[in-house]
Amino acid sequence: MKKMDHKQIAARVARDIPEGAYVNLGIGLPTLVADQLPKGREIILHSENGVLGLGPKPLPGHEDEDMMNAGKEPATLVTGGCFFHHADSFAMIRGRHLDFAVLGAFQVSVAGDLANWHTGGADAIPAVGGAMDLAVGAKKVLVMMEHLTKKGESKLVERCTYPLTGARCVNRIYTDLAVLDVKPDGLHVVETVEGLSFEELQRLSGVPLKRLASAA
Amino acid sequence: MINKVVSSPEAALADVSDGATIMIGGFGNAGMPSALIDALIAQGARDLTIVNNNAGNADTGLAALIGAKRVRKVMCSFPRQSDSWHFDRLYRAGEIELELVPQGTLAERIRAAGAGIGAFFTPTAYGTKLAEGKETRRIGDRDYVLEYPIHADYAIIKADRADRWGNLTYRLSARNFAPIMASAARITVVQVREIVELGALDPEVVVTPGIFVKRVVKVAATLKRAA
Repeated sequence: MKKMDHKQIAARVARDIPEGAYVNLGIGLPTLVADQLPKGREIILHSENGVLGLGPKPLPGHEDEDMMNAGKEPATLVTGGCFFHHADSFAMIRGRHLDFAVLGAFQVSVAGDLANWHTGGADAIPAVGGAMDLAVGAKKVLVMMEHLTKKGESKLVERCTYPLTGARCVNRIYTDLAVLDVKPDGLHVVETVEGLSFEELQRLSGVPLKRLASAA
Repeated sequence: MINKVVSSPEAALADVSDGATIMIGGFGNAGMPSALIDALIAQGARDLTIVNNNAGNADTGLAALIGAKRVRKVMCSFPRQSDSWHFDRLYRAGEIELELVPQGTLAERIRAAGAGIGAFFTPTAYGTKLAEGKETRRIGDRDYVLEYPIHADYAIIKADRADRWGNLTYRLSARNFAPIMASAARITVVQVREIVELGALDPEVVVTPGIFVKRVVKVAATLKRAA
């Protein structure tokens, strides 16, 4: 089978984001989506720290410490972009104004529960940022992750063993092996990578999967 | 004549007492009122409760205040960073308390304090560890968690320009938490790059009206700015 690399997963996510969408890209893998958005589409990126119209990384020498993205890396503003304070920024998120949030994940359950903020380890210092707000607030929550952990365990689970970020909040999952939709009756396989059968994906995933009658 | 301009960061923070709750603006270095934090470190107040999005980076600013063991408790959304070693060390030693708050809930609790709201229901964190023990309610077809405002004795923030009435403008993404923190504290102290004549700020672009501001101090810009 031909697994997708991170850039290919990002490009697959980007394909589903339409013209005119307001989108928040979470820290980690989802940030890769920015460079894969089709050039012809006007898509507006939101950043938790009070930015609509987040642009690419500045050219070397053009960094400005007052201009950051949510990962606290130097960023730029696109023409037409604007600034606002944190309460307005999260009103955009919580108030269902954002069309998409793309988030990384440790685990997603068959019911669409998301775990992505805390391993639950006794020594781990918990940090949540805006993940719980994005999980409940965006109109569509897209998860972008590796299908399996480094140990080969499925990140699709019956019930999350890591602490939840949000319950029943995920709409679609993009992995290096497949695209899956979360529906009331479970996970539906939208597509698999070349050379990977439904049966083999089912075996690797370890949770019951359904064949999507017609791809969305 | 109203004049909120104070001569130095030290003078602006001279009356902070032990045990105070202090909101500190900034998201990473953007909007971090470094000169005011340095003055707070020099001032000596201890047993502080700090409200910020993070728990300090590297060895300056909030990290230095935490490293100096002056902070009893941090309320923030994202303490763990690659360079949050001062917080990490004290947290693991059980010498600093953490109240972890989702970022949007943190912002709204601050906003609520400034707006005179007694409490609010938010869908964020429902069904998670961060809502354990909290009152919940089903409203319509959604579940919500009851959250209370965060009031502060001081807010120390950074803005770009101010006039003597305390009207403020900000620069780029340095605005972040500053406007809501300004409204939520009893005494708001602002570090600005420039103080201008009354009337020089376009009234249409004032972001924080002076009613939310008590003291303004001019500090030469030290941050790297794009040309």
